[in-house]
Amino acid sequence: MDVGFLVDTLSQLMRGVPLTLQLTATSVSLGFILALALALALETRRPSIVWPIRGYITAFRGTPLLVQIFLIYYGLGQFRPTIQALGLWGFFRAPFWCAILALTLNTAAYGTEIIRGGLQSVPYGQIEAARACGMSRSLAYRRVILPIALRQALPSYGNEIILMIKGTSLTSIITLLDITGIAQQIISQTYRAVEVFACAGAIYLAMNYLVAHLVAVLEHRLSPHLRAPGIETAVAIEGALH
Amino acid sequence: MFNLVGFGPDGWGPALLQAALMTLALSTAGFLSGVALGVLAAFARLSGDRFARGAAFAYGALFRGVPDLLTIYLLYFGGSVALTTIAGWFGARGFVGLPGFATGAVALGVISGAYQAEVYRGAFLAIHRGELEAARAYGMSGLTMLRRIVAPQTLRYAMPGLGNVWQLVLKDSALVSVIGLVELMRQAQIGAGSTREPFIFFCAAAVLYLSIAATTGALFRRVERHSHRGLRTA
Repeated sequence: MDVGFLVDTLSQLMRGVPLTLQLTATSVSLGFILALALALALETRRPSIVWPIRGYITAFRGTPLLVQIFLIYYGLGQFRPTIQALGLWGFFRAPFWCAILALTLNTAAYGTEIIRGGLQSVPYGQIEAARACGMSRSLAYRRVILPIALRQALPSYGNEIILMIKGTSLTSIITLLDITGIAQQIISQTYRAVEVFACAGAIYLAMNYLVAHLVAVLEHRLSPHLRAPGIETAVAIEGALH
Repeated sequence: MFNLVGFGPDGWGPALLQAALMTLALSTAGFLSGVALGVLAAFARLSGDRFARGAAFAYGALFRGVPDLLTIYLLYFGGSVALTTIAGWFGARGFVGLPGFATGAVALGVISGAYQAEVYRGAFLAIHRGELEAARAYGMSGLTMLRRIVAPQTLRYAMPGLGNVWQLVLKDSALVSVIGLVELMRQAQIGAGSTREPFIFFCAAAVLYLSIAATTGALFRRVERHSHRGLRTA
C-alpha cells in the first residue's frame, strides 16, 4: 500500500470539507426553520393549509434527491427568460444555490414529519396544565409544547442530519467540488479510484461519527429529568428534607 | 411539450416506462440481496461470537455512515479494477467495466443490508422471551424453533422497518445511473439531453418514482396487515 499517496489524497480531500459542511449546515438550518413552520401549520388542521403541505411532503419524500437536484438545476434552467425577467437568474444559475435549495426542500419535507411526530408525543396533561396555569396558546407552545416536542424529535433529527451529510455528496454531480467532487477530480488525474474513494469514505465516516456523538451529548444534556439523580443531587435533596 | 413524454410517434413514453421497469427490477434485486446480507449480519450481531459481532457492527456502521453514492462508485471501480487485473492475466488489454445491473444490485444490497440488519435485530429482540422458552420446553430443535416461532414473528415485527428500507432502496436506485445503467434516472437524462427539455423529463421521472413508491408502499402495508391477522391490537 502506498501510504504517501493516501496521506496526500487525504490532505487534498480535506479541502472539500468546508464546502460539505457549509452545504449541510445551511440546508439543515434553513430546512429546520421551514419544517418547524410547516409542522406548526399542520397543527391548524385546516384542509386548505394541510393538503398543500401533505402534497409537498409526499412529493419530496417519494422521489430521489438526485431527481430533485436535477429538476432544480437543469429543469428550471430551461425557463431562463422567465427567471431572468424575475431577476432570479443569478440564484438559479449557480450550482451552489440550486444545491442548497434542493437539499433544503428535501430535508424540510422529512423534518416536518419528524417534528410532527414530536408534537404528537407531547402528553396531553402537559398542555392541560399549561392551560390551567392561564398560559395563552403561543406562550404554551413556547414554554411547554415546543421544548418537549423538539427534545422528543432530537434523535430522529440527528439521523436526518447524517442523511443530509451523505446527501451533499450528490451535489458533486452538478459540478460542486465538495469531498466527493474533489475525489472525482483526483481520480481523473491519477486513475486510482479505489484508494481515493476509500479516503473520501473515511472522511464522511468521521464526520458522521462526530455528528452522531454531538447529538447524543445534546440528548443527554436535555434529559436530566429522565435520569436517576446523581449522588450530589440526592444528598442535597436528602439534606433539604431534614 | 407533453407530447415528448407521451406515447405518440416522437414520444418518450415507452422508453420511460421500460426504464421504470428497469428501476423496479434493479430495486427488487438490490432489496433481495439486502435481505440475505441483512439476515446474516443480524445473526452475527446476535451471536455469542465476539468476532462475528464486531464484524457485523463494523459492516453496519460503515455502510450507514458512508454516502451511498461513494459506495456505488467504490464497488463499481473496485470491481472493475479487479476484473481488469484478472483479464490482464489472460492477456486482455484495456479497462474491463462491470455489468451495470449486477453491480448496481450488489451495491444496493450491501447498502440496504446494513439497514435491514438493524431492522431484523430489533424485530428479533421484540419477540417475547417466554415464546422462546415455551418452544424449548416443547423440545423443539433450534431449526424448528427458528422456522415456527422466530422467523414468522421476526418478520411480523420487521415489516414496517422493511417498508422504509424498500423506499430507501427505490430512491437509491437512481444513483446507479452514475455507472451507466439505463434505469429511470438515466433514461430521463438521455431524453432531457437529446430534446433540451430537461424540466418535463425530470418531472416525468419524479411522477414515475412517486407512483412506484405509492403502489409498492400499498403492497407492503397489505403484507403488514396480513402478518398481523389474528393479533389483538389496542
